[in-house]
Amino acid sequence: MEPIIETRNLRVEFRAQNSGSEKKVAVKDLNLRICGGEVFGFLGPNGAGKTTTMNVLLGFVNATRGSACLFGVDVREPIARQRIGYLPELTYYYKFLTAEELLRFYARIFGLPRAVADQRIEQLLKLVELDTARRRLIKTYSKGMQQRVGLAQALINNPDLLILDEPTSGLDPLGRMKVREIIQRLKNEGKTVFFSSHELGEVETVCDRVAIINQGELKVEGRVADLVREHQANLERIFLNIIGYQPESDA
Amino acid sequence: MNTIFALANVVIKELCRRKDFYVLFVLTAVLTLLLGSVSFFQDIKVVRYVKEIALLLIWISALVIAIATTARQLPAEREHRTIFPLLAKPVTRGQVILGKFVGCWLACGLALVVFYLFFGVVSGSREHSWPVLNWLQAFWLQWSMLGIVVALVLLGSIVFAAPSSNATICFILVLGILLLGRHLNQVALQQPEPLRSVVYGLYFFIPHLEWYDVRDLIIYDHQLIGWGDCALASLYAGVYAALLLFGAWLLFRRKPLHL
Repeated sequence: MEPIIETRNLRVEFRAQNSGSEKKVAVKDLNLRICGGEVFGFLGPNGAGKTTTMNVLLGFVNATRGSACLFGVDVREPIARQRIGYLPELTYYYKFLTAEELLRFYARIFGLPRAVADQRIEQLLKLVELDTARRRLIKTYSKGMQQRVGLAQALINNPDLLILDEPTSGLDPLGRMKVREIIQRLKNEGKTVFFSSHELGEVETVCDRVAIINQGELKVEGRVADLVREHQANLERIFLNIIGYQPESDA
Repeated sequence: MNTIFALANVVIKELCRRKDFYVLFVLTAVLTLLLGSVSFFQDIKVVRYVKEIALLLIWISALVIAIATTARQLPAEREHRTIFPLLAKPVTRGQVILGKFVGCWLACGLALVVFYLFFGVVSGSREHSWPVLNWLQAFWLQWSMLGIVVALVLLGSIVFAAPSSNATICFILVLGILLLGRHLNQVALQQPEPLRSVVYGLYFFIPHLEWYDVRDLIIYDHQLIGWGDCALASLYAGVYAALLLFGAWLLFRRKPLHL
């Protein structure tokens, strides 16, 4: 089975700010292989290299070494992003547009015919429950509404792969549940979802497989059930052990 | 092309929803109308002064719109991080630059159309003559010149992080070329070597924006310039804009997206 996402010995180095020529290794020889229809959780503490890996997969940052492919195409090729949807952690959208205009703009970028785009926009605005606010400028939306616009734009091209960067951060419980439902729905439709999150309970519920990364290095990868059985602990405990956190009560 | 026009459309929408653009736009239109409506005892010289001031106003406003609009495009994309969801789509950085260029250039064109319409109505109604072809030529040449300016400012917006510093530097540069560009070769003749070669080099290197200033032809009701010359000037503008955009792409393709 051809992987949807594949990284081979992926290494990303940055020149650290304020430290002259010293290099910081953000990702160390990362090997990932994610197949179609999987919901894959990418976990790690802040600064572990999750967002950098996502940035490489999305073509924002070039890898120092190694390779990364989406659907077998090098991530540096724009065509690799034709079948993906991306939801950033925060709402980075043109706030002077309405939700409908924003979705139409992205639909145009994907080259969707007008009739298809109209239908898709209609469906998505209903899905994210913004159909009544479709003609309001995004800057007048609440944070939750802006996050939902983000989800709608990520789905505009009916992507086969969805990359979500902490999709539930800052959302209220209802908003989180809604996002979880949408991920579950996408999974049922056979889509691949790659997402990073700090909500380990959520990851445990939704994901088929997880990878835990710390200081740029892949520490653990596998099916959630297998990891829990193998480590005799829940995902949160496994995560804390891997990042070397010792609870005070244990010390 | 679809991507480029989609991006251009967003640039124009943003401009239409900004208050500062409307202030400048309405101010120029009202001043042009006011100038045209003032009666100066039917003195032909005074009518010419009025035309001169109105055209100067149009030139300054068009430059301010072009520079201020373009200078903030790429820095705003990076500062507000809207560039991330955009580049996560099948969009190249080159398309982003081209889309921004087309959007800003079209926006300048729209503003110019309205300005020249006002000018035409006012000037025609005072002088009872309608040299539409002259106005069209002046419009086209000014718009071509703005193409170079927009491309220059886009390049500047990648070099300078702050839109205000880019706008100021570009404004000074453009005004400098408009006012002094045509005299550089004469200045070169008065210099000793090697300064002479340097100034000569500069004379041939800078885009000669002043060639596109045909206000005098309109003010003094002169003949049109030849359409062949007009086409050559357009080609010159196209080549310069393309070179500047290529430079912008070279810098932007490796530029980190974070500010």
